[in-house]
This record gives sequence, structure tokens and C-alpha cells, in this order.
Amino acid sequence: MDYYNLLTTCAFIHLLVSIPYAYSNYVENKAGQFFSSGHTNNWAVLVCTSRFWFNYRHVANTLSVYRSVKRLGIPDSHIVLMLADDMACNYRNPKPATVFSHKNMELNVYGDDVEVDYRGYEVTVENFLRVLTGRLPPSTPRSKRLLSDDRSNILIYLTGHGGNGFLKFQDSEEISNMELADAFEQMWQKRRYNELLFIIDTCQGASMYERFYSPNLMALASSQVGEDSLSHQPDLAIGVHLMDKYTFYLLEFLEEVHPASQANMNDLFKVCPQSQCVSTPGHRTDLFQRNPGSVLITDFFGSVRKVEITKDTINLTSSLKPLIQRSGSGDMQIESLTYVDQLPVAEIIHQKPKQKDWHPPDGFILGLWTLILLVFFQTYGIKHLKHIF
Amino acid sequence: MAALQLEKQRGRYAALAIAAVVIVVGIPLWWKTTETYRAWLPFSEISELDSLQLQLSVDIEVVFSRGTLTPEQQKKFPLSHVNEKEHQLHHKTEFSCGSVVVYVIPESSTLLPEDVKVYVGQRRTALLRSPPFKTSWNLKEVLSNLDVEVEQVVSTMSFGHQDIVAALSNRVRMTKVTKESMADSMRAIKSSPGYEITFSLLNPDPKSHSLHWDIEGAVQSYIQPLLNKLAPIANFSVDSQILYYAVLGVNPRFDNSVSAYTLSADSLSHVINPVEARLGSNAASSNPVLNFLLYVPDAHHSPLFIRDHSKRKVPSNAFHSPRWGGIMVYNVNEMYGPEAERPVDININMAKVMGVFLAQLRLMLGVQHTHPPTGFVLQSPGSAGLADWELDRLLWSRSVENIATASTTITSLAQLLDQIGNIVINDNIAQQVSSAVTSLQSAVAELEAGNLAFALQYSREAILASERAFFDPSLLHLLYFPDDQKFAIYIPLFLPMCVPIVLSLLKIVSEAKKRRADKQAKSD
Repeated sequence: MDYYNLLTTCAFIHLLVSIPYAYSNYVENKAGQFFSSGHTNNWAVLVCTSRFWFNYRHVANTLSVYRSVKRLGIPDSHIVLMLADDMACNYRNPKPATVFSHKNMELNVYGDDVEVDYRGYEVTVENFLRVLTGRLPPSTPRSKRLLSDDRSNILIYLTGHGGNGFLKFQDSEEISNMELADAFEQMWQKRRYNELLFIIDTCQGASMYERFYSPNLMALASSQVGEDSLSHQPDLAIGVHLMDKYTFYLLEFLEEVHPASQANMNDLFKVCPQSQCVSTPGHRTDLFQRNPGSVLITDFFGSVRKVEITKDTINLTSSLKPLIQRSGSGDMQIESLTYVDQLPVAEIIHQKPKQKDWHPPDGFILGLWTLILLVFFQTYGIKHLKHIF
Repeated sequence: MAALQLEKQRGRYAALAIAAVVIVVGIPLWWKTTETYRAWLPFSEISELDSLQLQLSVDIEVVFSRGTLTPEQQKKFPLSHVNEKEHQLHHKTEFSCGSVVVYVIPESSTLLPEDVKVYVGQRRTALLRSPPFKTSWNLKEVLSNLDVEVEQVVSTMSFGHQDIVAALSNRVRMTKVTKESMADSMRAIKSSPGYEITFSLLNPDPKSHSLHWDIEGAVQSYIQPLLNKLAPIANFSVDSQILYYAVLGVNPRFDNSVSAYTLSADSLSHVINPVEARLGSNAASSNPVLNFLLYVPDAHHSPLFIRDHSKRKVPSNAFHSPRWGGIMVYNVNEMYGPEAERPVDININMAKVMGVFLAQLRLMLGVQHTHPPTGFVLQSPGSAGLADWELDRLLWSRSVENIATASTTITSLAQLLDQIGNIVINDNIAQQVSSAVTSLQSAVAELEAGNLAFALQYSREAILASERAFFDPSLLHLLYFPDDQKFAIYIPLFLPMCVPIVLSLLKIVSEAKKRRADKQAKSD
């Protein structure tokens, strides 16, 4: 563990030294970059499709990508996070409100400002496709929508249990690679993305991107068809496997990327070779127009804005009346604020039994008495009625 | 024996009757009940839209002022063109949307200064100094000489080839792209039915500065006229907020030469993201948001200046990000001395601030920088913030863009519905599609006739209807069944039923054949 700390401090110092250099490089490349990537905003759709406690690692996968994406600058309003189950507050979690990604509980990827947009049973194939194609009912709030335009770069990350040509959602339904390819085609038709990066970490993940046919798509998968994607390490205190191998090494790679970094996609393709991952990661770039070596990691994972200096201004004459000066003491009568009593303790403590209003007897009581009366008169004859009336 | 025969006969009739019922009633019933409801769509008209031919015509009126032409040339004017009108220049204010009027003045006239060839006014008019020509030329030569100049004026005031290609960039791949036009197309926000404009005041140091800004009044006087003028394009909603303890996220460097803090141009890109997380937005609508932030630096980091790429000072002290909005840094350190009691009451000069924001807003909304040719002088837009012809430019490109987008949407929707046979097409979707198609056709017709206002209105209706049809929640294709799944569903249902029927039919046929063979043998 100390060695790890030493490594991180060394990396940090190295980063500090290299940032100014990266910045100056950045200045020169900026003019060319404005036109090379062609995007003005970034979106991310991160989906975990498995539920149940033993699929802890899938939630940890998704949260670690969420953490990296937020750290590199994409705001919550541009991230659609779908988690099929709640691991942090699960009854079986020995460390509540945390989701760890590394054994010995070194990195809590849950953090303290996670914004989950689709949780629990809301994560379905239908909702996922609705988010992608934009066909949501009008009552859907903004945070649950993918409001991308033709200049958005979108990162889509899927994790869970999958097979040859399908991905399992919530243990009860599945999405096929054809449906996914059709959804991307509909996104392209409506120009809902400029470029799209698709990462999938499931067994036989490469089968999910086989059928893509829309332009500007790049895909990465953790394993080829016929191979299983394996999990990384169990944590004995928590009792489950914490992360999948591919996403673990992906997270390690992304932790070294900072917003001004020049790391490109070729580095991303090298993440987790077979020696580390046991499965063979695959990627697909034939539908992508740019050379992967010229595509920055921050084009998809970060949100580096293009900025222009405002050169022209408009001369306006001030025609507003000067604002009424507010004096410090304030001559407005502000009534002193009091807290509203949420729990009327005073009433409860000094409670006298309240005089309840009389209500006529309830239907049940009425029915019961009618039954009793009927039985009585049935048994003993109707002549007793005259004693009543 | 006869009874057995009768039994067998009845059996045969029963089997035949059942088979008949299954085939005649059962199969059509199954077909009808498992088909999806698809309302009729005008597919033929939609495929016509695919090959869109746009013709844009601009009404140009060229008025020759007295003294421009010699009397002989004047006489040669075909009678239909001559309209001797005595009207004063200033009073004709209501030129129809999209038209251009060019007044040609004599070459030697002193109305325009020496080196100025054209003066473009606020309201769709321009003064053009007549190019030199000899008095001996006949009318045709004069007019052809003038054509070039008039074309230049009109392309500045209405649209040029590049603008239309940029507006059609959805459908037409831009082959030869200049850096400016690409930057322009990336900067301007996409056409949308509504926009939200949010003004935010960021006060990182409320202990030192107590800021007051009259945002409502400023919006009413400066921004609202522009938005009113742009009302035909979209609906605008404006709101404002004040954020306390919001920091920029980038540490400015202290520059000793000017004894002030500076933000270099390349660090500006990292300013926006930490702030954006705190900004919030109106959750009720999905309209694009344009954010305008006014940042007052805290007392320890004042004054704060922005430097551009060549390390020069930026006079506006503001920068903007395409399709997002703008940020302006407002220094207040000069307004109070060190002995002032903290927090200091500061009134922000809204005119200066709104001047910058208005310029940024114009850029964001797509009012392009016009690069007029040399010799042109443009009148400044004035209080509305937008000259009429600038609005026309925007309207031209917007209507073309709307038409292109709507037609792409409709054609791709039709293609999608055609390809996937399982999607249910409800009546309301069919109605939206039909209305979109008719609006598109009207818009194209109006553009051809030159009525820009109507064209824009129809194109807006077309795009609203097409978007509603395309993004209708009921059009979700979740019925992807691979063939083996279809078989797996139907076989357990139909196979046990069909086997006895088919076998009995076969038996009937084989018995009939045998009887005929017997009869044949008997007769022989």
C-alpha cells in the first residue's frame, strides 16, 4: 500500500511538472483542434444493467467511469447515469454509502455527489432506447433526457452480463445488437451526435458492436466473441468481487488523464492487454472518420470547451434610472423568521383525549347486526318482531 | 358395412369442413389480429421531398435618383420599369421582409464620402454610388455594369452562396470549407422552437462585495427589443440568478507588468466546466440554454484581465463558447478605496455589461459577422441591436435550415417506418406527418415567390410537426423478433392443431386416388 502511495505521489509530481508543458503545446494545437474535432459539447450515457448484490462489480464499473468523466469536466447535467440496483445502500453492504473499486477499500467511487438519473427498475431496455432515440414522454424532466445536438460527442458505456449478440437487462430482458445498431442509426438520422464512443464490458462484448452501420462510431469491448470477461479481485471484507478486469485497468488509465492531456485513442486501445485481462479486448474503428491516433481521450471523456475571445461589443447608452440605494440597516420591515414546528410536540405532550365526533356505525357493524337479527328471527320466528316494533 | 361407409363419409366431410374453416376463416383472422395498425402516410410526396429543389428569390428594387442617367438613357427604359416617384428617403420604413431597395445616386454626388461606395442603412435600404460610365453607352451596357454592383450589395444584405450552403450543412456535405465558415457553423446554435437565456451573476466574495444589478430593467431595455425582433424565429424565455461563492476553477496568474491578475486564453476552456455544474437550468423545458455569466473577481484577485493568444489585453474582458454562452469579467476594485467598510455596496453598470452580452447573444443566435467588401459602410444597429437586413439574413438561413431539417426528418421517418414493419403508426402521427409535408411544400413555394415572412412561418410549422412526429413516444421499435423466435412462439400453438388436419386431408386424398384407381381397374 505504501508503494502504491509512493507511486501516486510520484505520478502527481510528474503531472505537476508536465502540466505547463502540456498547456503550451495546447496553445499551438488549439487553432488546429478547433476544427479537427468538430464538437462543442460532450455527453455521457453510463448504464449498469445487472441487479442483485453479487453483481456489485457492475455498479462499481459504471461508477468508476462516472467518476472519471466527472473529474475530467463533464457536468451532471450532461451525464445520464442508469444503475439497475443500489449497492451503496444495500442491506448486505458492510460499509454502507460506499462502493469500492479496489480491494482494501482504497477508492470509494460512490463519492458524495452522485446523481443517478435512472435507478432500480427504471433501467429497462425500453428506457435505454428511449433515452438514445429521444422518444421520451413530454413529462420527462431534463435530467433524464439526452439533449445532444449535431455537435455533441457522446460516450456510451454498458456493463453487465452479456452473450453472443445480446446484453441482459435486470435479469429479465435483453437487448440485441441489432436493436442497438438500429438505435444508433436513428440517432444518426436525426443528427443527435457528432461522434460516438461505445465501450462495453461484458462477456463476448465484441458481438454487440458487430452490427453497427452508422458513421462516426468507434467501439471498444472487453472481450471477443466466445470469451468471457473476468472480474478482478474479491474483497474479503465486503465479500464480492469489486470490479471487472477491463474496467479496473481502464480506471487506472483514466486516473492519469487530466483535462489538458494529449493522450489519444491508440493508448486507450492498449489498455488491458491479454496478459492482464485474460480476455482479448477488441475495438472497431472502420466507421470512424478520423484517424484514432488524432482523437484525444478528452474528446469523449472530458469536456474541453472551445472558447473564443469576444472582440466586438455594442455601445449602449445607459438609460436606466439609478438603482435605489439600499441602506445597510434596511427600513423594510422584515419580520423575524421562526422555524415552523414540524412536530407539534407541545400538543402531543399536553394532550387531552380529544372529544371525537360521533359517527353513525360503520358498514361492517351494520352488516354484522343485520345478520345477527336475521338469524334470530329466522330461528325463532317472525312473531317476536312485534316486541321490537 | 354401409354404416361404416357412412361414418367414414361423415368423417371425411368433417375433416374437409375443418380444413376449410381453418384456411378460410382462421388464417385471415390470425393475419388481421396480428398485424400492426398503420395509418396511411403520404409516402409518394415524402419521396418527392427527398430531392429538394430550393429556389430563393429576393425582391430587389433599384431606384435611380435624378441625375444618375442621361435623358437618352432614361428614355430607353421600358415603360413598365419606369416609376417616377417622388418619395423622400426616410419615410419609407415598411419594406416587406426580405426585400432590398437600392438607391443609385450619381457618381459625383456628395451624399457619400469619397471612398465609400455603398452605405447600407438599418432598414433594408442601401445607397449605391453609380459606377462610372460614359454618357454614350446605351441602357443595356449601363444596366449590366450596374448589375455587378447591385449583386454585391444584395449578397451582403440577403444571402450569399456560402450562407445557404452552411444552412444546408445537414444535408449537403460541405466540400470546400473555409475555417471561418466552419467556425461560424459551429458557433451558431441550431434552430429550435425556443431558447432559454439565463443571466447569472457570480459573486465569489460576498464578504467584500455586496453587488446590486438591475437585471430586470436591463433586460427590458436592452435585450427585450432584440428578442422581440427575433420573435418570428423562436420563443425566448429569459431568467436570471445570482450565485454566491462560485469560483472560476482556474487560478489566475499575477502579472507584475500591469500589477493585475491575468487569465490566459488557453486556460479559459477550463473555466466553464466547474461553473456549469452549479448553474442549474429550468427543468420544465428541453430547449437549449444560453448562459451569460458576469463574474466579479474577489477582492484578493482584483483586477482580473483576460489576455488573448498574443498576450494582448482584451478590451471587452469577455469570452464566449460556441453554443453555450459567454462569460464577462467585471472589475470593481476601482470603485472603492481600501478604507471602505466591508461589504462594499456596488452598483453594476448594466449598459456596459449588456453591450457585451448583446454582442455575444447576436453571435450565439447566428447573426453572422458580415465581412462586407471594401468601400461598404454599414450603419450601426442601434437600440434594437439588429438591423432589418441582418434579421433578413438570419431569416433566410433559418428558413432554409428549417426546411432542410424538416425534410430530412420526414424522409428518414418514412424510411424507418417502411423498413420496420412492426411499428404501430397511430393516427396522430399520420396527421403530424401530413401537416409537416403540406407546410414544407408551402414553405418552398413561398421561398420561390420571395415572401420571406410566410416562408419562415411555414418552415417553423413544418419543423415543429416533423419533430413531434419523429419523437413521438409511441414509435418505439421494441418488436425485433429474429425468425427463430417467431417459430418458437407459433409452433407449439399451431403444430398440434395442424397435424391431425393435414394427416386427415392426406388420407382423404390417398383414398380418393385409390378409389379412382379401383374404378379405372374395374372399368378396364
